Amino acid sequence: MTISSAASAIETAPAQPSAGAARGARATGRPRPRGERGPLASLLLHGGLVLAAAVAVFPVAWVLLISLGPKNAWQDPGLILGHLGFGNYRALLTGGGHEFLHWMGSSLLVAVATTVVGLLLSASAGYAVSRMRFPGHRPLMWMFLVTQMFPAAVLIVPLYNILAALNLLDTYQGLVLVYCTVSVPFSAWMLKGYFDTVPVEIDEAGRVDGLTPFGTFWRLVLPLSRPGIAVAAFYGFLTAWGEFAYANLFMSSDKYTLPVGIQTFATAERADWNLVTPAAMIILIPAAVVFFLIQRHLASGLTAGSTKG
Amino acid sequence: MAADALSATRPPASRPASPLRRLRRALDRHWYGWAMVLPVVIVMAVLVLYPLGKGIYYSLTDANESNVARHIGMNHIPATYHMVWFKNYADILSDGYFWGRLVWTVVWTVCCVTLQVSLGMALAVMLNRRVRGRAVYRALLIVPWAVPAFVSVFAWRLMLNSQYGVFNSVLTHLGLPAQDWLGSPTAMKVAVVIVNVWIGIPFNMVAMLGGLQAIPRELYEAAEMDGASPWQRFTGVTLPGLRPVTATVVMLGTIWTFNQFPVIWLMLGQTTDDSADILVTAAYRLIGSGVSDYAGAAAYGVLILAVLLAFSTYYRKQINRGEAVS
Repeated sequence: MTISSAASAIETAPAQPSAGAARGARATGRPRPRGERGPLASLLLHGGLVLAAAVAVFPVAWVLLISLGPKNAWQDPGLILGHLGFGNYRALLTGGGHEFLHWMGSSLLVAVATTVVGLLLSASAGYAVSRMRFPGHRPLMWMFLVTQMFPAAVLIVPLYNILAALNLLDTYQGLVLVYCTVSVPFSAWMLKGYFDTVPVEIDEAGRVDGLTPFGTFWRLVLPLSRPGIAVAAFYGFLTAWGEFAYANLFMSSDKYTLPVGIQTFATAERADWNLVTPAAMIILIPAAVVFFLIQRHLASGLTAGSTKG
Repeated sequence: MAADALSATRPPASRPASPLRRLRRALDRHWYGWAMVLPVVIVMAVLVLYPLGKGIYYSLTDANESNVARHIGMNHIPATYHMVWFKNYADILSDGYFWGRLVWTVVWTVCCVTLQVSLGMALAVMLNRRVRGRAVYRALLIVPWAVPAFVSVFAWRLMLNSQYGVFNSVLTHLGLPAQDWLGSPTAMKVAVVIVNVWIGIPFNMVAMLGGLQAIPRELYEAAEMDGASPWQRFTGVTLPGLRPVTATVVMLGTIWTFNQFPVIWLMLGQTTDDSADILVTAAYRLIGSGVSDYAGAAAYGVLILAVLLAFSTYYRKQINRGEAVS
């Protein structure tokens, strides 16, 4: 089975009846065949899923609702439904708006750059680890895993010094590099798992046709690995889009990213929920768009390696 | 391992190669692989391994904000901190505060990972059936993952507000006492666990869904032929079939949760009550408040790393042993 058909099989297989007889049986009123649910089981299944979906969506829906209300809506949510409007959004974009759009620009720039740079680095490393048995490939895999364990608390002060020494403090390039150290190890680790599922015969065919190993990787394996790449891209984007601790320490106020900027709306003393809630919804949009573009690849991208063992 | 690979290909008649020649041969054979991982290795060496080494070094000194090298205007002030060797560690380990934080960090990690993995698995099993509206359910259930963590945290802070929060209104409507979710120690801990579990379930669910779909259907059919009950099919087929995925998500979940900085810090970091601090946020507090204690924070970091390394080594060993048996 090729990768793309495997991925689409994962998408559709359970939705199709596994036993063709099941559907007909219901229509003719014969006793329920093996594997068919009773009404009670169906009720429980749907009930459980509805409850879980509600819990999953509620906080986001709640913020959306508050953001659409009047200024003090968060203190009295009962008022909102009669007074829906975009007043809070207007206040955010015009009042503190100049800043907000600026933060948004910083975040977009950093997140996109992190995604692209991170993918280039992690994909080539993941491929090399997957296909080439060079000395050092095991320690490298181990390092990918171990870097996940490094707490920001140990790294943050030395990183600050290094960025200062490289003149990268308070620059977007510096922040992108730092984010790559977070996203690349996991992406490479995951992509290695994905590349493992691409048949080696494809590489061999490429070699026979005179491609270099890198050419094989770039022209044959990469296009076949779209689901894995999509998930790695998503991970890289979200890492940068939502990171707080490093950006807070490394960037000055004219280069704040969104998480750090928004934090200034919500201090210990008070929170301007009328600004935080619309900001939260706007931040959500690019993340959600990226997410829903790749979500059908998530299952296959994430688990390709680990299910293979 | 390098030597094995080389000796396997070396013609039997050849003399033992000198180290230099072996290096050249290795370079000839493997330069491509090395070239492809080189960028990653450089980035990681400069931005992860070097800072780590430096962090470990700091943990052996008395470095803090007032004695490290720094610039004030045009003046360069040299560093005046010294090595104190293991004094920081001795101080931390002899202090009840650290052990209290460690216990809570372990409790926090176990609670979060257990709930995330079990709820994620339950949802995956439910979604893996033929059920009407499956795609819609899945899209909705994934939502918490699509939301950047700090946005989720703001949403929950709004909902958990003790005075106006919707959570307390629901509780009082149900006749339960309202809680000071972001103020009282126990409620704070419950609150951060709820939020982190909410955030973490979709990842587990999706990973498990992928794992479930890799289990051959014939196994279920065979189990049914043998008269296995649904529960027996779950414990006899599903759980073992999911083992590789479960092992991975438990490992990653433990590492991530142990180091979960944003959820706890953005929920509670600004409160003066630090009873819900895990080790990572406790270390960040050392940098963020008063005269930044770089050495102390670094020592905390090294201890965290040691705990995680011990755990992952042990866990991998257990997994490998389990696989050898089954």
